[in-house]
Amino acid sequence: MAATAAPVLPLADRTIGEVIDQLAAGAVSAVDLTRVCLDRIARDGQRLNTFLAVRDEAALADAEAADRARAAGDRRPLLGVPYALKDIFVTRALDDNGETIPGGLPTTAGSRILEGYRSPYAGSAEERLGAAGAILLGKTNCDEFAMGSSNENSAYGPVRNPWDETTVPGGSSGGSSAAVAGGEAFFALGTDTGGSIRQPASLSGIVGMKPTYGRVSRYGMVAFASSLDQCGPLGRSVRDVATVLGAVAGHDPRDSTSVDVPVPDYLATLEDGVQGLRLGVPREYFVRGMEPGVERSVRMAIEVLAGLGAEIVDVSLPSTDKGLATYYIIGPAEASANLARYDGVKFGLSAGDDDLLENYLQTRGAGFGPEVKRRIMLGTYALSAGYYDAYYVKAQQVRTLIKAEFDRVLTDVDALLAPTSPSVAFKIGAKVEDPLLMYLNDACTLPVNIAGLPGISVPCGLSEGLPVGLQVIGRAFDEPMVLRIAAAYEAAAGFAALRPPTAVG
Amino acid sequence: MITRADVEHVAALARLGLTDDEIQRMVGQLNSILEAVGVLADVDTSMVGPTAQVIPLENVMRDDVARPAMPRDVALANVPLRDGDHVRVPVVLEEGR
Repeated sequence: MAATAAPVLPLADRTIGEVIDQLAAGAVSAVDLTRVCLDRIARDGQRLNTFLAVRDEAALADAEAADRARAAGDRRPLLGVPYALKDIFVTRALDDNGETIPGGLPTTAGSRILEGYRSPYAGSAEERLGAAGAILLGKTNCDEFAMGSSNENSAYGPVRNPWDETTVPGGSSGGSSAAVAGGEAFFALGTDTGGSIRQPASLSGIVGMKPTYGRVSRYGMVAFASSLDQCGPLGRSVRDVATVLGAVAGHDPRDSTSVDVPVPDYLATLEDGVQGLRLGVPREYFVRGMEPGVERSVRMAIEVLAGLGAEIVDVSLPSTDKGLATYYIIGPAEASANLARYDGVKFGLSAGDDDLLENYLQTRGAGFGPEVKRRIMLGTYALSAGYYDAYYVKAQQVRTLIKAEFDRVLTDVDALLAPTSPSVAFKIGAKVEDPLLMYLNDACTLPVNIAGLPGISVPCGLSEGLPVGLQVIGRAFDEPMVLRIAAAYEAAAGFAALRPPTAVG
Repeated sequence: MITRADVEHVAALARLGLTDDEIQRMVGQLNSILEAVGVLADVDTSMVGPTAQVIPLENVMRDDVARPAMPRDVALANVPLRDGDHVRVPVVLEEGR
């Protein structure tokens, strides 16, 4: 077997880049890879509460088929690589007669209101990754309807961070980040509306990317805030994330907001380095209340990039402190409209009351959790007569300003460097009683969604023994630049091989 | 300031059944969140248009081509209350009501 970058790691904890080489060399099989993930899920999954549904026999059958295909010459990029989907992506569970498909999984969005829901169709994520040869292991836990920053808003219980099981993994894609960090899957897909891929990637010590709005199809993604939601990969290296992005990106006529621009080869420019690039550091992102250990790690990461030949430029995005307010009007407003579909009639939970209004009230009152109710209330209020202009229109106007500031700064610099999250993983229960305190977790990530830009979080060291993330933000559709900067940093810094304590045995 | 009556009104608009306890907590939480988002009032937006979405697309059209629809049993498989080939719904309009 060819030497790999981290030969001491157990198979379950290696990168896609490593196992693809091993698959190609015949040193491991897709069945081997699937078994080590299923073993890890069996060992840790219940305790960490990472998965809401697992398909073991069906995944092994898919792996056997992948091994046969490889033997017959199939060389698809993710052939035989096991992965997990955040349970916000629908997965086809019904055949043409309405019967459950063997190995078909329910889709809950982390909510009681969708408990037992079986999707009659496959989403774009499942389709594209299946077409690339990847093997679906199961659906990962998440905050209800992706609303949260700690995974504590799941109706199915919180997820534990494999780095320290008394802490949260971040959210809302917390099951996905914990599963990838803990060796339960080689990669996962998440969704990011205000930081829900990047922040859990940061807190879980892995790489997570939110692509440009419109880069990846949202078809089959349970909607939260339609102008902000985007699908993206979580993985254990920048190369892994680039590989998966290449498989899921591209125009999809079934999502009218997916943009028809060519998908570049994200691996081709990955090792081009940062020599001569101008990288901006927005001073407003080093917010008050940021943990000193986080700031130290991020400042050191910026020094590393300077040492690699990048020119570091101090820049200003003056409306940054208005991001949180803008987001918490636009997001809830769109959510309150999207979640009107849960009416107890067409699918999902129903109170079964004979009176129409009573049925709505009881179904939605029983089916939604506290955070979802809070956002529906906030959004409905912001859209209601008398408040629409003061809140909703005002937030949309400030959105214009925030986007214009990014656009202006990004004509002068090639990309921006910032912290991903102001803190490392915090204790389970520490912030649940204070919604505003919880919302501040996303202060550094949500402006990127407001502007629709691509952003990545890459591990940049440990503070108090817990992972810190460096965020790289780029121009719209300039994922190659973002990935290239993250890859240069990763290669120089040497944090890519860090794994949580669970990985050692 | 949001009052208990405001919360009840908005909950009714949102078709959201809330318990007494939930209404009580929502009054406090919504007030503190709205106070925080109040910073937007300080931003001069007199010359700024609204942005609803950030991509350079508008009026995305597709050809009007007939395609097979989802089979009826599949479409009905997740319906909570089914009556033969129909979705059973509470009465919406009733004479004399």
